[in-house]
Amino acid sequence: MQPEVEIRFTLNGRPVRTHVPPTMAVLEMVRERFALTGSKLACGEGECGACAVLLDGEPVLGCLTPAVDVDGRVLVTVEGLRHKADLAPLQKAFLMEGAVQCGFCTPGMLVAATALLAEHPHPSREQVRRGLEGNLCRCTGYVAIVEAVEDAGKR
Amino acid sequence: MTLIGARIPKLDGPGKATGETRYLSDLEVPGMLHGVIRRSDRVHARIVSVDVSKALEVSGVHAVLTARDIVNVPFGHGKDNTPLKGDRVRCIRDEIAAVAAETESAAAEACRAIRVEYEDLPPVFTVEDALKPGAPEIHAGRAGNLPFTYDYAHGDVAQGEADSAHVVEGEFVLQFMTHCCMGTSAILAAFDSEGRLTLTSLTQVPFLYRRDMAAIVGMSPEDIRVIQPPIGGAFGSKLDIYPFEPIAVHLARATRRPVRIVFSRHEEFVSSPTRQPMRVRLRSGCDGKGRLTFRDAQLWLDNGGYTSWGATTPFVMMQTFSSLYRVPHARFHTKVAYTNNPYSGSFRGYGNLQATFAVESQLDLLAEKVGVDPLELRLMNSQETGEKTGQGLEFVSCGLRDCLESAAEMSGWRAKRASPALKGNVRRGVGMASMLHVGGGAKIYRSDGCGSVVSIDDFGKVTLVTGSTDIGQGSETVLAQMVAEVLGVAMDRVKVINSDTDVKPWDVGVHASRTSYVAGNSALLAANEAKAKLLTAAADLYELPKGELSLSGGFIMRGAEKVDALDKLVRTLHFTGKGELLVTHSYFEPASVKQDAGFFGNVSPTYAFGTHAVEVEVELDTGQVRVLAVSAAHDVGKVLNAMSLEGQIEGGVVMGLGYSLTEELKIREGKVLNPSFRDYHLLTAPEVPPIHFKAIETEDPSGPFGAKGVGEAPAICVAAAVANAVHHATGVRFTELPLTPERVLNGLIAAGVVRDPLA
Repeated sequence: MQPEVEIRFTLNGRPVRTHVPPTMAVLEMVRERFALTGSKLACGEGECGACAVLLDGEPVLGCLTPAVDVDGRVLVTVEGLRHKADLAPLQKAFLMEGAVQCGFCTPGMLVAATALLAEHPHPSREQVRRGLEGNLCRCTGYVAIVEAVEDAGKR
Repeated sequence: MTLIGARIPKLDGPGKATGETRYLSDLEVPGMLHGVIRRSDRVHARIVSVDVSKALEVSGVHAVLTARDIVNVPFGHGKDNTPLKGDRVRCIRDEIAAVAAETESAAAEACRAIRVEYEDLPPVFTVEDALKPGAPEIHAGRAGNLPFTYDYAHGDVAQGEADSAHVVEGEFVLQFMTHCCMGTSAILAAFDSEGRLTLTSLTQVPFLYRRDMAAIVGMSPEDIRVIQPPIGGAFGSKLDIYPFEPIAVHLARATRRPVRIVFSRHEEFVSSPTRQPMRVRLRSGCDGKGRLTFRDAQLWLDNGGYTSWGATTPFVMMQTFSSLYRVPHARFHTKVAYTNNPYSGSFRGYGNLQATFAVESQLDLLAEKVGVDPLELRLMNSQETGEKTGQGLEFVSCGLRDCLESAAEMSGWRAKRASPALKGNVRRGVGMASMLHVGGGAKIYRSDGCGSVVSIDDFGKVTLVTGSTDIGQGSETVLAQMVAEVLGVAMDRVKVINSDTDVKPWDVGVHASRTSYVAGNSALLAANEAKAKLLTAAADLYELPKGELSLSGGFIMRGAEKVDALDKLVRTLHFTGKGELLVTHSYFEPASVKQDAGFFGNVSPTYAFGTHAVEVEVELDTGQVRVLAVSAAHDVGKVLNAMSLEGQIEGGVVMGLGYSLTEELKIREGKVLNPSFRDYHLLTAPEVPPIHFKAIETEDPSGPFGAKGVGEAPAICVAAAVANAVHHATGVRFTELPLTPERVLNGLIAAGVVRDPLA
């Protein structure tokens, strides 16, 4: 067993520290060390996007990113997207456009879309479609999800 | 009506959009152990020995079970499966041993340490080989590897042939497809101190599940409670019990600890049910004008190593062969054969994607023979409201003609059909196909009913306890809408309880597009009775004529005048005089019948119809098919929630496009070649074409507010429409799916449309 490494970082706006084995992924860390189960393990090999989190504002795959990489950085999970008591405009748009069905892909979609909107505040439909390319959904056919992100970009 | 048809957001949406919703893979309970299954790596072999000694030495292991350690009760539709396999494995998924340990990694390590010695047996990988005389027998005592056959006929096919001016004949080959639920299969089994079992399960059929599970694990059904947490997708995959579920119970029993099993994605690809693969040989005929004369279908289904619901898809498919358009003479014969391939379960559409692909492909072939537009041929044979088909299906409402015309109009059919772009490397074409499916359940059990309880508490909050199940499709929200509409309260005044068999009344489960219709009618019965109670009480209390009272905005109204607040009236009932609770209950049994031994009878109280018109672009030198637009018109009876309806349509269409273009679980010699999202191609957001949708409202007289089921419908007629469009674009008829560039290019080369670059 390799020794655990201490890491300190900002998690959803709060400074935190923990010890992780060098092999642990960010997804496992947020779920097991911080009980943040919003980020989902749906494939574990970087193919579906359900585990996406924001690292210094950039979307990364929680299942592939080593937890030690977040040391000294700013990590945001789906639980950190809401604005205090209120939902973020993007989250509201997901509800109002019917972008949520079973909901298992939703956390990753929201994270990917948050990053997209940070880069392109008013994205075109094609930019949204491309921006969500790495996130799989089996329920919605993506239509309502794309509309929700476009809609959030218009607010 | 104020709520019916509106765009009402899902009640479970906020939890899902904040990451707070706990799925089964997010749930941990004190003392919980992790179960992992050791599966076969052979497709057909005798198990010579299983040595678990090394597994028991792994730190953190609490139990290692093999078939020797449990009472292995046969289960499933064919009673040919067992939780753990003792003497023989018959497919790559087979469960040989199971481990419960403190951590998932310890359980997995222990599984790897189990030594299994096999003696290979001769395998069978095709239905043709399985049915040959002298083929290896896959299940002892199941002679000829033929566990099931299905025969259906109406009219006289010979007469139909004699009446035909044109006959077309061909074979269609349909692939393995897998559900790819984003949440993988999972279960949590926990016994209490008195031996009662709580199963936190993803099942779509909690009451049948409880009954069947009790038999498998040697318990009484009343001692099993099924809790249904939010589910990460189902699409039919959770309609049967699979071995991992009783295995979890056996592990929990052996360890006296709660045991959870969660599949890895690899395990999900290799070990969960698939859509039923098959070969369809179909002959169809029509007269000189294009009126259908007969259909004669022979099907061969690969049952795989064991029987799950895939083997029963002929029950649904025969409805399409017999009753999609007017067919005076029809015959249907199916053989279901054991092989050493993976086995299939139920999957949205239940065989109907396969049947419709064959039937609707041949309608285009007939139209070509007759020399009429495919739309005209379909309109000529379309059914109308009030018709009864040769199989005895009664169409109390039928919007097929409207669907055909609407899909054609939305797609610009006539103009595009008249002038396909037939020059150059990129060809365009349009194609269409329709579907028929049950729209209010299917009476395959003694009852196809659902129970409901409506109660109004002394704060005026309404609770609907429904037997039905929400698998993410949004039934909870639609049922709440119906109850709110009847009782004249806002959506946020209604709570739905639907996830605990200790609390909710009986229901068959989520299948056969039945929940909006059956659970909806059930909820309406109970809500209407509650309304009647309230109005009677108000009429008595205030000495007003009951006929002039109504419920609106949380008040008992007489015209525009508020008589009493709902909550105040309920409190009066509760706390004064007779002490009456405002609780009503109902059980709705649809007016459908169990079919007879010849499969005749009106199996559903109503039927869903739809037509899709698809425009494609085919790149000749690569074989790449791009879908440019899908125009979908569906007879939904009545729109209940426009937003969730669109969600079902769009999701179903894209699932159907995946079936048409990219999705195939590749099985070679019984093994899964592409068990990952990297190699199993689900469509992604940029690949989805515009989807135009029109709801046809036929207002079914038996439906809740006139609605019928639509959950499965949109996936069904996509593939045939795509293949018909590809034919229109290229002149080449494809009869195997999916239409990958490789398959299409080879087809174009074989037809001489393009030259073989390697020749």
